[in-house]
Amino acid sequence: MTAHVHNTFRRITPQLIILAAVLLLNFMVFPDFFRIEFQNGRLFGNLIDVLNRGAPTALLCIGMTLVIATRGIDLSVGAVMAIAGAVAASLAVDGHGWQVALTGALAVGALCGMWNGVLVAVLRIQPIVATLVLMVAGRGIAQLVTEGTILTFLDPGLIHLGAGTILGIPTPILIWIALGLAVTAAVRKTALGMLIEAIGINESSSRLAGINSRVLIISVYLISGVCAALAGVIVAADIKGADANNAGLWLELDAILAVVIGGNSLLGGRFSIVASLLGALIIQSVNSVILLSGMPPEFNLIIKALIIIAILVIQSPTVKHALYILRASAEPQPSEPIKEAKESPQ
Amino acid sequence: MASVTDPVLECRGISKFFPGAIALDAVDLTLYPGEVHALLGENGAGKSTLIKCLTGAYRRDAGTIVLNNQEISPNSTQDSQKLGIGTVYQEVNLLPNLTVAENLFLGRQPMWHGFISQRKMMKMARDLLAEFGLSVNPAEPLSAYSVAVQQVVAIARAVELSGKVLILDEPTASLDRDEVELVFSVIEKLKARGLAIVFITHFLDQVFEISDRATVLRNGRVVGTRRLADASQTDIVTLMLGRQLEDRIHDRAPSVTGDKLIELTNFGKRGMITPFDLTIRKGEVVGLAGLLGSGRTETAELIFGAVQADQGDARLEGKKISIRNPREAVAHRFALCPEDRKSDGIVGDLSVRENIILALQARQGWFRPLPKAKVNELAEAYVKALDIRLASLDMPIRLLSGGNQQKALLARWLATNPALLILDEPTRGIDVGAHAEIIALIEKLREDGMALLVASSELEELVAYSTRVIVLRDRRQVCELAGDEITTSNIVAAIADEPMAEAV
Repeated sequence: MTAHVHNTFRRITPQLIILAAVLLLNFMVFPDFFRIEFQNGRLFGNLIDVLNRGAPTALLCIGMTLVIATRGIDLSVGAVMAIAGAVAASLAVDGHGWQVALTGALAVGALCGMWNGVLVAVLRIQPIVATLVLMVAGRGIAQLVTEGTILTFLDPGLIHLGAGTILGIPTPILIWIALGLAVTAAVRKTALGMLIEAIGINESSSRLAGINSRVLIISVYLISGVCAALAGVIVAADIKGADANNAGLWLELDAILAVVIGGNSLLGGRFSIVASLLGALIIQSVNSVILLSGMPPEFNLIIKALIIIAILVIQSPTVKHALYILRASAEPQPSEPIKEAKESPQ
Repeated sequence: MASVTDPVLECRGISKFFPGAIALDAVDLTLYPGEVHALLGENGAGKSTLIKCLTGAYRRDAGTIVLNNQEISPNSTQDSQKLGIGTVYQEVNLLPNLTVAENLFLGRQPMWHGFISQRKMMKMARDLLAEFGLSVNPAEPLSAYSVAVQQVVAIARAVELSGKVLILDEPTASLDRDEVELVFSVIEKLKARGLAIVFITHFLDQVFEISDRATVLRNGRVVGTRRLADASQTDIVTLMLGRQLEDRIHDRAPSVTGDKLIELTNFGKRGMITPFDLTIRKGEVVGLAGLLGSGRTETAELIFGAVQADQGDARLEGKKISIRNPREAVAHRFALCPEDRKSDGIVGDLSVRENIILALQARQGWFRPLPKAKVNELAEAYVKALDIRLASLDMPIRLLSGGNQQKALLARWLATNPALLILDEPTRGIDVGAHAEIIALIEKLREDGMALLVASSELEELVAYSTRVIVLRDRRQVCELAGDEITTSNIVAAIADEPMAEAV
């Protein structure tokens, strides 16, 4: 068990170091960064903001991690957010309670995910193309639901999901942490995680080992759809309205980036949801640095790109190899003899 | 004719080593002008490695290549092309969206005042193709023509560029009979021109039809070169498959076998394998023999549901069952260790432990994970029982040697306690020690009452453990041997379609 904890910790060490570095940067441009206050029954502070504002990306990257682990990708999550937000808003406007609005939105998200999953797993369309369909069409669907307007609502229950607090902590934070833990437990306490990894590494072998890859692939897209729907509801609740044009715009790219910063390979296989969530926090912390430094907003995207390039370069295999060579040439260490490779692959 | 003229190309002692393996071991090959020389051998025998050494795609580790009395060491395929060695592959290596003429003259188009002269290029292309007996419109895109025509265009281009030695790597693999005729007529013309042609194929009939001599490779060594006028198909098959033809007497257990386990009737799939009947009993090893492409692997895949049969019935212990996919096959307690271990067997980045429990876990379903203690117990038990050499159960399986990977795959299936174990080339590419262990394991499993179906190109091996051997040719079961009939010479005779020797 301790070995297991040790391994998990080792897996997320790079992400923890990067997060610490970016947070330190925040502290340098804004010394009050780590101050947290309790006012009017709610926690306030920049750190809380990072956790709160990062919620949509964090939710998206939970599903995205699983999709990418199967060697897929889900470009439609931003559009699904818009659809789910629109559905929740229109249900609330029609006088339904927040429970109905939330359930409806999640059901629509699941449906969207199922659509993607069927395209990928049954019709064997390349994931990037299959999910592009809904990425493009999704905003149209959302506009049809909102009838082209920004659909505002006043249901306090629904608003609470995005803007409320529980025990002083903003609800979105609790939602993404809870979902992250739940999905992690669901894949690691069952065999789901291993089977998903097996499909991502070698689908042919997995199929011949009797794994039902079709159902599993549909499931991961379905989970991704539900995560996106939840993110969409939170974003809509936060602004008390559904904006079909802008809700979740470009957020699919942030989610993919979070997964990559989390050290998960886009080629599928081994994955860590916790590392992806740390990736989402890193992205949000970068956003925070730019905001707090008071830089003119025109620079925002460029600075963000530079910081992210730096993070990715540090993680790139070439740099890792160079560092390894540097270390190896510095001090000769007794190395273990290689035991394998009696024969070569043909 | 061959003895009078000097050879065009002479390879002496070509060796190529891969980490831990010898791919080519002092191979000699001599090509005379105007001869078609067939290069034969099963998969992994070293044919493609030899070709790659000749064309410079690989650097040879030892040996000399002499072309027209000059020693050469090509560094790349372009290099060897310039020297005069051209290659045409099974998959046509041209650009289907360009015209026939552009494909022929790509990179050396006839110019006119700094522009490509289309008219001149068309004329040159038409003339060139006419020499090969092909009248096609060179202005049409290449994709407008059949694979055979594309193949001839590829040959024409290669000959124009090189012109001394032409290597044809399975040029006829995806052609039908008429198209093969077309390619052969072109080969005859080139032969008359004095080119030396290396012809690689798995179709023995075609070898005898067009080739003058054949060199057979096995496990990276030349086992013989024969003038085909003096050799029979049996001789060649023997060279390809059998170490020697002495019929060994085996202390094979009397073929008393148990109840019928699986009964297949009229089982087949169009375009893949001719429908066949097959019954496998408990405690029986049924061997599948035949050359590459004869239907061994196809039979195994069909029974396991890796490919779905489109006709026929399957009965398991008398009850009708469906085998539409591997999952259903696993549910019926079937197991398959596939031929291509790397792409269809192991899940490279998962640990050895996870690879061993994968099939069992897949059968249980994802929501019922095997308890950790059970997983460790299983993995450790099989590592010990099969003597899998590894540093740790947590290491990725791709780091294991071929033999140990194969044992881990066997462990994966044995963990599911199969009723029928299908092994496709269980001993390919593994070291001698593991080889013997796997054969011993097959015999032990049979004694324990398991039903086994083993496809192998190693005839001695099949003879050693099979209680029955089914011989396939051209995707059809042609013969079944049982008891004392199972000898390497009988199998070879059946593969080569010659009258069977008297049973000893």
